Amino acid sequence: MSVLIYLIPASLGLGLLGLATFLWSLKAGQYEDMDGAAARILLDEEDVPASAKSDGASLR
Amino acid sequence: MSCCSASVMVGPTDPPADDQPGAAVQDELWLESREIAPGQRLSELSVPTIHCVGCIRTIEEGLKAVPGVLDARVNLTAKRVSVQWEGSRAPALIETLKDLGYAAHPWQAAGEKKDEVLARLLRALAVAGFASSNIMLLSVSVWSGADAQARDIFHWISALIALPVLIYSGRIFYLSAWSALRRGHTNMDVPISIGISLAFCLSLYDTMRSGPHAYFDGVVMLLFFLLIGRTLDHVMRERTRSAVKGLARLASKGALVEKEDGTRAYLPVEEIQVGSRVIVAAGERIPVDARVLAGSSDLDAALVTGESDPQPVGPGAQLQAGTLNLTGPLTLEATATVQNSFLSEMVRLMEAAEAGRSTYRRIADRVSRLFAPTVHTLSFLSFLGWMVATGDPHRAITIAVAVLIITCPCALGLSVPMVQVVAARRLFDRGILLKDGGGLERMAEIDTVVFDKTGTLTLGRPVLQNRNGLDSDHLDLAAALAAHSRHPHSRALVDAHPTARPTAFIEVAERPGFGVEARLGEDVYRLGLPAWALADQAQQREVANKTVLSKNGKLLAAYSFIDPLRPEAAAALRDLQRKGLKLEILSGDHQAAVEALARKVGVSAWQARMRPADKTARLTALAEQGRKVLMVGDGLNDAPALAAAHVSMAPANAADVGRNAADLVFLGEGLDAVPEAFAVAKRSARLVRQNFALSFTYNAIALPFAILGFVTPLFASVAMSCSSIVVVANAMRLNRGARRRNPEASGTMSNSIRVNPEPVR
Repeated sequence: MSVLIYLIPASLGLGLLGLATFLWSLKAGQYEDMDGAAARILLDEEDVPASAKSDGASLR
Repeated sequence: MSCCSASVMVGPTDPPADDQPGAAVQDELWLESREIAPGQRLSELSVPTIHCVGCIRTIEEGLKAVPGVLDARVNLTAKRVSVQWEGSRAPALIETLKDLGYAAHPWQAAGEKKDEVLARLLRALAVAGFASSNIMLLSVSVWSGADAQARDIFHWISALIALPVLIYSGRIFYLSAWSALRRGHTNMDVPISIGISLAFCLSLYDTMRSGPHAYFDGVVMLLFFLLIGRTLDHVMRERTRSAVKGLARLASKGALVEKEDGTRAYLPVEEIQVGSRVIVAAGERIPVDARVLAGSSDLDAALVTGESDPQPVGPGAQLQAGTLNLTGPLTLEATATVQNSFLSEMVRLMEAAEAGRSTYRRIADRVSRLFAPTVHTLSFLSFLGWMVATGDPHRAITIAVAVLIITCPCALGLSVPMVQVVAARRLFDRGILLKDGGGLERMAEIDTVVFDKTGTLTLGRPVLQNRNGLDSDHLDLAAALAAHSRHPHSRALVDAHPTARPTAFIEVAERPGFGVEARLGEDVYRLGLPAWALADQAQQREVANKTVLSKNGKLLAAYSFIDPLRPEAAAALRDLQRKGLKLEILSGDHQAAVEALARKVGVSAWQARMRPADKTARLTALAEQGRKVLMVGDGLNDAPALAAAHVSMAPANAADVGRNAADLVFLGEGLDAVPEAFAVAKRSARLVRQNFALSFTYNAIALPFAILGFVTPLFASVAMSCSSIVVVANAMRLNRGARRRNPEASGTMSNSIRVNPEPVR
């Protein structure tokens, strides 16, 4: 039974981690354009290192 | 906009100084952008015709190539583009998009806030989901026979998880229940709130006394399922609402006003006074009711009065707000402020019509009005019954709580929004936007359909007649000349002959109210009214109602135009009649035009020369006969009728007032959207009824067990999940057959690129 002392906090902790990740992704606006995200995978973008791209490339 | 003629080679033209609609658009862009960093601004544009990955690429790459633009990002879901730019003037964003083939409009930044309600619902949903999965893990080990000591620990942990969730996620229901109670009535949230609170308190009490049963899992799962229903309902409403809001605006935001000292300023329309001198360039809408002081032009009043032919106007003419100035700049004197203009008049008529319409109560509300008191009574009765029978208050309360929990309307809460979300998605794929679920419910009840004529049954713009019988050399010349004009007939010529050979015209000039004139070598070509273009009187009479092309006053070709039926109009109307609906046409156009069209589409009931108030009166009369009317209309003059009807539908190129009044908006050109929407509404109504039947059956089976005291937390959890899953699965059946039709559906969406045949300015 003593194993529960570790397992229950561990399972709750993992659950909380998942919850926190979801809340973060929600706040970061990842659900604002679901159709666009599905479509954009078809776009071939130039593969340039991030440092070489022009500034201001992120608009959320 | 001057970019229209970019593809035609022309000599030097000499546009009048006032003809700079682009400047006004850029002023408006500046007004509606917001500063995100020093020197950098962000504009949001609504582009209703974005629909695929190709559009994303074209638009983003096209905009990034404009000088001053730092970044552009398309949101496909909301059909909007955010553009980051720098500089003291807005870059030519709208013009660029127009060249790329997309109509775009500045998005009102002021009314735009991030959807706070949705974010709150999603957060509450996430928290409830986390809690219910973790409590369920603990509960499963309790059910599978944990010993008494471990069970107590698990119950305590469950209680610790459930309490914050009850406060955080349950708040949404508590607040709604409280506001309903305060106004003296009850809604579905009242039994939910009482149920979850009582169940939590009882379980906590049992946990303290090391009891065997706790309902923490049931409480949290209930919250989770109910929040899913709530969130879906909200998502569906907001999504289409924002798509509708983003379409073209009819009312001008501002206008160029000439002050007494001769200076000009771009002022918001609210600041225009009676007597102000307003300058309206070609391609702009008339901002307020006004009289023409100087200039002449043609006015497109199709959206305002329903008349299909453009009207020539000159000094002294009275103009109504909302009409479109087509060909020449006008100097106007305002005769009314914006509050007293025709447009606002329509809005007032509309509000009156809306107030007169019997309020429709949504089906879920009607059900919950019956449901909530029933649940309360049953629960209270079982408490009393067990008190009398056993005299054990703890036992009696446990059973009363079990009754509350088991009857709590999980499945009921999911049954309507789930069907409506699926239906809205189906309609969206077919290019039909549904503004709220209530519209879909009302759509299923209709027995009569009333159509407007101009712009609804017809396309509302002229098309060249007898295209193939015309001399193509002459058509080349005519199309090249027509490219310099905004007159609908010129547009139709260009559309009919997009591959015109470039012609090196010089001194091209538009004579407002008459036509276009240009020189080619020594010859003078004119395209326009016969009386102006032709020298010979006899010939003028011969082609009196046509548009002619002449060379040095001699007739080269005469063109006639018709306002064609929308694609599928006749078939759609037949389809509706076959489904047993009565059809009627109410139009503001003249008798002969309406009669001819009514005969062509096979509708026997029609009325012509209807003013907006007449249309509303007719709809009220129909409603008094007990008929449920679907009104399909596009014009400003239809807006009050749209508001008065039981349910209403408008094409996307309708006046925005009308579009806001309509419950459904269709993006494609085809009128087959009407029978399609009706069919989906009918099927949804059937599925909603089935879902209600399913959830009531579930209640009818589970309730006796609960009242007799056989319900354990395990039983409650299983029953609750099963009923919800059945309801959701049933709603999904609406999608059957949808995949097969998808190619067709995407065709409808791509047609919609031509939805706005005329620019807003």
